[in-house]
Amino acid sequence: MKSSAEMISPEALPMAQSSQQAMNKEKTDRYQAGKSASFGRYLWPLLALTLLLLVNLFIDSSFFHLTYQDDRLYGSLIDILNRSAPVALLAIGMSLVIATGGIDLSVGAVMAIVGAVCANLLLIPDISLVTVILAGLIVGLAAGSINGALVSFLGIQPIVATLLLMVAGRGVAQLINQGQIITFQHEGFAAIGVGQFLGLPMPIWIVVGMLLLSQLLLRKTALGLFIEAVGCNAKASRYLGINDKSIKIFAYAIAGLCAALAGMISTADIQGSDANNIGLWLELDAILAVVIGGAALTGGRFSLVLSIIGALIIQTLATTIIVSGLPAKFNLLIKAIVILSVLLLQSEKFRRQLSGLFKLGIFNNAKAGDKK
Amino acid sequence: MMAQRFIPLWITASLLLVMFLIGSAQFEGFASIRVVTNLFRDNAFLLITALGMTLVIISGGIDLSVGSVIALSGVLTSVLITEYHWHPLQAFALVLPLGTLFGAMMGTIIHVYKLQPFIVTLAGMFLARGMATTISEESIAIDHPFYDAIADLSIALPGSGSLDISSLIFILFFIIIATVMHYSRFGTNVYALGGNAQSAELMGVSIAKTTISIYALSSFLATLAGIVFTFYTFSGYALGAVGVELDAIAAVVIGGTLLTGGRGFVLGTVLGVFLMGVIQTYITFDGTLSSWWTKIVIGLLLFFFIVLQKLLNGRKPSHG
Amino acid sequence: MSLILELNNISKHYPGVKALEEVSLRLCSGEVHALLGENGAGKSTLVKVMTGAQSKDSGDIVFLGEKQHFCTPIEAQKVGISTVYQEVNLLPNLSVAQNLFLGHEPKRFGLIHFNKMYTDARSVLTQFKLDIDVTAPLSQYSIAVQQLIAIARGVAMSAKVLVLDEPTASLDADEVQVLFGILNQLKQKGVAIVFITHFLDQVYQISDRITVLRNGRFIGEYLTSELPQTQLIEAMLGRSLQAQLVDKKSDDNAVKATTAVLLSLESVSVKGSIQAMTLTVPKGQAVGLAGLLGSGRSEVCNAVFGLDLLESGSIHLAGKKLHLSQPVDAIHAGIALCPEDRKVDGIIGPLSIRENIILALQASVGWWRCLSKARQEEIAQFFIDKLQIATPDADKPIEQLSGGNQQKVILARWLAIEPILLVLDEPTRGIDIGAHAEIIKLIRSLCDDGMSLLVASSELDELVAFSNKVVVMRDRYAVRELTGLELTSQHVMQAIAEG
Repeated sequence: MKSSAEMISPEALPMAQSSQQAMNKEKTDRYQAGKSASFGRYLWPLLALTLLLLVNLFIDSSFFHLTYQDDRLYGSLIDILNRSAPVALLAIGMSLVIATGGIDLSVGAVMAIVGAVCANLLLIPDISLVTVILAGLIVGLAAGSINGALVSFLGIQPIVATLLLMVAGRGVAQLINQGQIITFQHEGFAAIGVGQFLGLPMPIWIVVGMLLLSQLLLRKTALGLFIEAVGCNAKASRYLGINDKSIKIFAYAIAGLCAALAGMISTADIQGSDANNIGLWLELDAILAVVIGGAALTGGRFSLVLSIIGALIIQTLATTIIVSGLPAKFNLLIKAIVILSVLLLQSEKFRRQLSGLFKLGIFNNAKAGDKK
Repeated sequence: MMAQRFIPLWITASLLLVMFLIGSAQFEGFASIRVVTNLFRDNAFLLITALGMTLVIISGGIDLSVGSVIALSGVLTSVLITEYHWHPLQAFALVLPLGTLFGAMMGTIIHVYKLQPFIVTLAGMFLARGMATTISEESIAIDHPFYDAIADLSIALPGSGSLDISSLIFILFFIIIATVMHYSRFGTNVYALGGNAQSAELMGVSIAKTTISIYALSSFLATLAGIVFTFYTFSGYALGAVGVELDAIAAVVIGGTLLTGGRGFVLGTVLGVFLMGVIQTYITFDGTLSSWWTKIVIGLLLFFFIVLQKLLNGRKPSHG
Repeated sequence: MSLILELNNISKHYPGVKALEEVSLRLCSGEVHALLGENGAGKSTLVKVMTGAQSKDSGDIVFLGEKQHFCTPIEAQKVGISTVYQEVNLLPNLSVAQNLFLGHEPKRFGLIHFNKMYTDARSVLTQFKLDIDVTAPLSQYSIAVQQLIAIARGVAMSAKVLVLDEPTASLDADEVQVLFGILNQLKQKGVAIVFITHFLDQVYQISDRITVLRNGRFIGEYLTSELPQTQLIEAMLGRSLQAQLVDKKSDDNAVKATTAVLLSLESVSVKGSIQAMTLTVPKGQAVGLAGLLGSGRSEVCNAVFGLDLLESGSIHLAGKKLHLSQPVDAIHAGIALCPEDRKVDGIIGPLSIRENIILALQASVGWWRCLSKARQEEIAQFFIDKLQIATPDADKPIEQLSGGNQQKVILARWLAIEPILLVLDEPTRGIDIGAHAEIIKLIRSLCDDGMSLLVASSELDELVAFSNKVVVMRDRYAVRELTGLELTSQHVMQAIAEG
């Protein structure tokens, strides 16, 4: 869809200078192309996901197979959904932060802190599950708010501001754990990670719940629009009465909250808090998910659904590598190649070069045809 | 009036001195040549990497790929030596240019496609790590007479301290990089780019050449650090040197370099690494303090320096 | 005097804006050539095209008889065109000497020869009567000193053509005289100097010839000695409007003049921009602010909207004293501003027309009570129809609209919250001439509906056409207030020229 717009504009340009009409036409064309591009926004990530799934199906014909056992669905698709839950949650928060033009490197460390807090609270006998979960969420919110305050009140670059917590956060988590791996026995809490509800693993429900809640909060109020406005043009937003600082803090706070949920899932999953390894490098996966979902790192429009599709693509890719029998060591390499391609495709110049190559190809083929 | 730009440098130096004095007062054997040379020896690879990171950050960029490049360089070197029976020097002669090329490619992508250094070097980080694990997931021990010879090679200093080859390599490159940064046109261009890329371009600085060279140089130094790391561990490991990029960035910031670019000193970064090293040594000497305090203290130090930079810059008359 | 640089029929378009249309400039060696025009006339764009910082869409650049295509500033510098850009385009983090010699550092043994560089730097700066520490970072010095250093850099490059874009904006009178002394020396050496400024007295003092641009078009080339100042101002500000628009002056002017005061500024001063400004805007009237660039007209708008903090004085709205520390305060009081730089401060580019229209309303209702999609569409459609915004539908991103339509969307944004006072800063800048008339008509109808307006504009004919009163500013002060029969563009121009 995008490339057609690129192909129209170079021819249309000289005409546009000669007559106003042509210019209007070109604008309309561009606009129409832009309209279909917003459709294409969903098209490409979905296409990529479908393609990946089909590859899996091709390799393993029982890939889509689902079985129902012990009140629960089993199957590769469920696995993918379940395993992508932490990154999907992080991606929801990261989408908002990136939409404001920021970035949050600390979410992995926040996961570790929340995991440590919850695990240690669970050691207290007879503590209620609600208290533990609330404590975890509050810690996440607080961590996110600190990031937000550093960015909007102290005016520190987002990368740097969140780097602080990324470095110190794991230290804090280890401090809480006193350097140990804290394990716990608590069925209620463990259910967050390994439980099930209506036949689906609990993490899937948590992602769905968070997605619905955020969508409601962002799209049924004006917050989503304000976030996009601030991300597109913070100065103009301030000029029309939007409190851009609060909006930014809100985005980072939500990112912290999402990290808290992801941290609880991962902690519950292994029934223990491993401050060194929980959520390690997941911030990068979350950023990647948002970027694959088509969001620009410079801020602006966001789509939570697309970011979650991005997270699913990352997880499916990992699964594909396992299913295809390729050693897991290729995982990183393939991931890197995917990131690079996505990045380059986002660059207008690269697309132009690509479509130029494409046109050249057609041209050469046509010439070859003439000679025949 | 003392030049404002030296203030962070002085603060880092004083902190380093204070930390060292506290350690010396508290523990016997802390104030020894040996402790100092060990700082060099243990941190040589980080020091070399941080030299490159300083350049990148002064230019207003960031390089997240260095940790992975260290691992890749180590793995490639050890595979060439142990499996293909190359002489280590031959291996170095291949690995170093390859590493440099890797950085040059990242620089090219950043410049040509106007992509953020953060995300491009993040991709580079995955790519280098991926290539390293593809080559070998196991730790590969290097057993070569050349390595034994290198291990024995050192300059003895009084007080049972000695500067090994890694420390010497660092010192050599520190001198080279410091000279380049402060006495060459390229160095001035790096500062210019970090000050204001647009102005620099209008004043005739070639942005393309400078950007590509900066990232090439950073990767070259990381590759070299990877080789130095094999001197230290006698092995190459694809999953090693994880998070070195964060240590390097932290050292650069603690060393007083402005993360937004344009201002900073290579010497500051070296002091920053030493400050982090002394804190580590202090914690080791103490024995009761746990290792996580290092991370927390470094986080606090980072915060302190970032706020300090903000305050220092808030005062300058700014316009346009 | 021989022709050294010719620009023929240069055109340059940005999305939604025609920055230059068939503009020409002829430059002879050994002359100071003033390039004049209001903000947005295209001077800076022309300079950027001339020096390779931006590419042109069409037209030729002929330098010393040869056609040139500069792609980068370096190429232009190599053939001998050196430029000092409007904003001080130096590197604040480098030392003064490094700034002077970046790219041309003296070397010894392959390394920069700092001692020689410092000596050279000192000797260059002596010409400018600057005795400063050349080893200190540039950011330590005032903007005026930085400006002189930027000019010194241009001079030190020993160029054939030296382009100075607003070189005197932050210099005091003595510094200007030093600069002119140096320019005269350069002239004698045969250097051609392009001099862009908004200080007309300086134009008459130093320049030999003048080229005037307006709205991206070439207006004329004149000999300075043969062009009286009023004619020059007329050329710059233009008399572009059709007679029907100019002939407004409904007889109810006098009646309206007695209505209550809505906004009053009492000896308002803002650091570095306006001094002891007193001004009243009556209810339901439009008050115009006239003056040349830098006279303080935009700054008054900013102060009323809470963008610049007051140093002294007070602002009252409907009898109540306002405490403005940020735009939100002004909006709550009922004041809206259409900013001068539409692209940077006004539009939120990637968002749709609908969203751009409802954002201010939404911000004032708060984030919790979201306007329903249907309500949004209703509001957007209402204003699209009312203001005749040319668009297929309300979901088009605003950045794809033309300048005039963007301006209408921003007007709609504010009209949607029904402000008491609407402040317009250059409402017709960078807009097609056809759209000018529409905007003017709109402003007049708003007044008729009882809204009060404060409008700063460089288009005198338009200002006179819709204003009930025009306040003329010069050098940060209000110098004249014109109403009734006195309110003609001729009088305004005189007031600008004579004070």
